[in-house]
Amino acid sequence: MSNLTKTILRFLLFVFMQVYVLNTMPRLHELITPYYYFIFILWLPFTYSRALVLFLSFLIGITVDYFNMSQGLFAAAATLVGFIRPFIINLFAPKDATGFSSYKEPSIQSMGTSAFSIYILALSFIHNFYVLFLEWLSFGSFILFLMKVLSTTLISVVLIFITELIYPRKQSYKTNKV
Amino acid sequence: MRNISLFIRRYAIFIAFVLLQILSLYLLFTTQKIHRAKGQGIMSNVTGFFNNQYHKVEGFFTMKAENKRIHALNDSLMNLLATNFIADKDSTFITSENTFKVLDSTKQTRQYLWRTALVIYNSVNSNRNYLQINKGAKDGIRDDMGVFSSDGSLVGKVVNTGQNFSEVMSLLHIMNKLNILVKRTGTRGILEWEGNASHLLTIEGIPKSDSVKVGDTIITGNFSLSYPADKNVGIVQAILKESNTNFLKLKVSPMADFSTIKNVFVVENLFINEQKALDDATKKKIDASVKK
Repeated sequence: MSNLTKTILRFLLFVFMQVYVLNTMPRLHELITPYYYFIFILWLPFTYSRALVLFLSFLIGITVDYFNMSQGLFAAAATLVGFIRPFIINLFAPKDATGFSSYKEPSIQSMGTSAFSIYILALSFIHNFYVLFLEWLSFGSFILFLMKVLSTTLISVVLIFITELIYPRKQSYKTNKV
Repeated sequence: MRNISLFIRRYAIFIAFVLLQILSLYLLFTTQKIHRAKGQGIMSNVTGFFNNQYHKVEGFFTMKAENKRIHALNDSLMNLLATNFIADKDSTFITSENTFKVLDSTKQTRQYLWRTALVIYNSVNSNRNYLQINKGAKDGIRDDMGVFSSDGSLVGKVVNTGQNFSEVMSLLHIMNKLNILVKRTGTRGILEWEGNASHLLTIEGIPKSDSVKVGDTIITGNFSLSYPADKNVGIVQAILKESNTNFLKLKVSPMADFSTIKNVFVVENLFINEQKALDDATKKKIDASVKK
C-alpha cells in the first residue's frame, strides 16, 4: 500500500475509533477519558514534510471536533502534537547522515523500544495536557486537572501500545535490492 | 523586503502553526460562550450523514431496550383513553365553572407540540455531552426546544439547529442548569451536573427542613420556557447534608438511559416568543420605574 492510501485509511479508522467507539462508551471513571485518535499523527511516515504533518494534524483534530461539538479543542491540541513531533523524532534520530530515512514510519522496530516509548509518552502527555488545560480554563479544579492529565496519559499510552501489539507494522528497509 | 521573505520562508512552519493555533482557539473560545459553533450548521450535514450510516448498524443493539420503553409509554397512554371511563350518569360533575372549562375541549389551547426524532449520535464520555438528532430547521426544530426520551423523561435541550440535523445539549453537560420540583413535597431546586463519571446529577437549593427521601421522583418545574411541567427527570439516590449551608445536596440518577437512547420527542412551546417578549418587556418596565 502506498503512503497516501495508508494515510487516508488510517485517518478514517482512527476518527471512527475515537468518535464511535471511545466517545460513546460509558465512562469508567471521572478521571478516565480515552484520547486515542492522535496515534494517526504519531504513525505518519518520516518522509512527510513538516508542513504536511502540521496540516494533517489540524485536519484530524478539526474532524474529531466537528463530531464532538467541541470546536477547536482537539484541533489546537493535534496541531501542537504535529508541530512538536519532528523535534522529538530528531532527538532520537541516529546521528549519521541517513537519520531514519531507511525506515518508513515511527515504530518499535524503527526507533527501538525505549525511544519509541518516550516518543509516545511525550506526545501523549503534550496532547492530553493541552486538551485538559483548555478544558480546565472553563471548568474544574486544579488538582482534578493534574490527576486527569496523569490518568488520561496513562490510558492513551496503554491504548497505543495495545494497538502496536495487535497490529505490528512491517517496517521494510528501503534498499536497492528492491 | 528580501529579509522579510527570507524570514517568512525560514519560519513558515512556525507561522503556519501559530495561525492554526489561533484559528482553533478562536473557534473554541467563541463557541463556549454562545454554544453556537462557527460552521457547525453546515458541518452537521456531513457529520449527520456519517452518524446516520453508523446508526443503521448500531440501532440493532439498542432496539430491545428501546422497544420496552416505547411499550411502557404506550401502556400508560392506553390508560388515558376516553373509552376507559364511563360517564357518571347520576352525578352532576359539571359543578363549577372551573371544572367545566377543563372538560370542554373546544376551549383548550395547545401550548406544547410534540415531534418525534431519532438520535443518531450520542456521546456520554465527556464533560460536555451532546446528542445529534435527525431533524433540523426544515422539520420545524428550533433552538431551545426541550427533548424527551421515548419513555417521557427529560433528555436535554436543542442548542444548535442545522438544515437537516440538530444538536442537543444532554443533561450530562456541565453548563446545563434547570429548574426542578421534588414531586412528593413540591420543593423547588436547581439541577446541575458536576461532570462525574457516575452520571449522577446534583440538585441544590432544597432547604434542610424539607422532608425529601431517597427514592423520590424529580420532575420538571413550571418555570421553564422549554419544557412542559411535571415530566419525569430522575430519582433521588442520596441526600448529602452539608454543614456550612442551610441546604441539602441531592444526588439524582436521570430516568433517561443516556447510553441506549434512540427515539426522542422534541417539544415545542408554541408560546415561547410571547412569553420571552413579556419577560423582557416586564424587566424593561420595572427598570424604567426604578430609575424614576
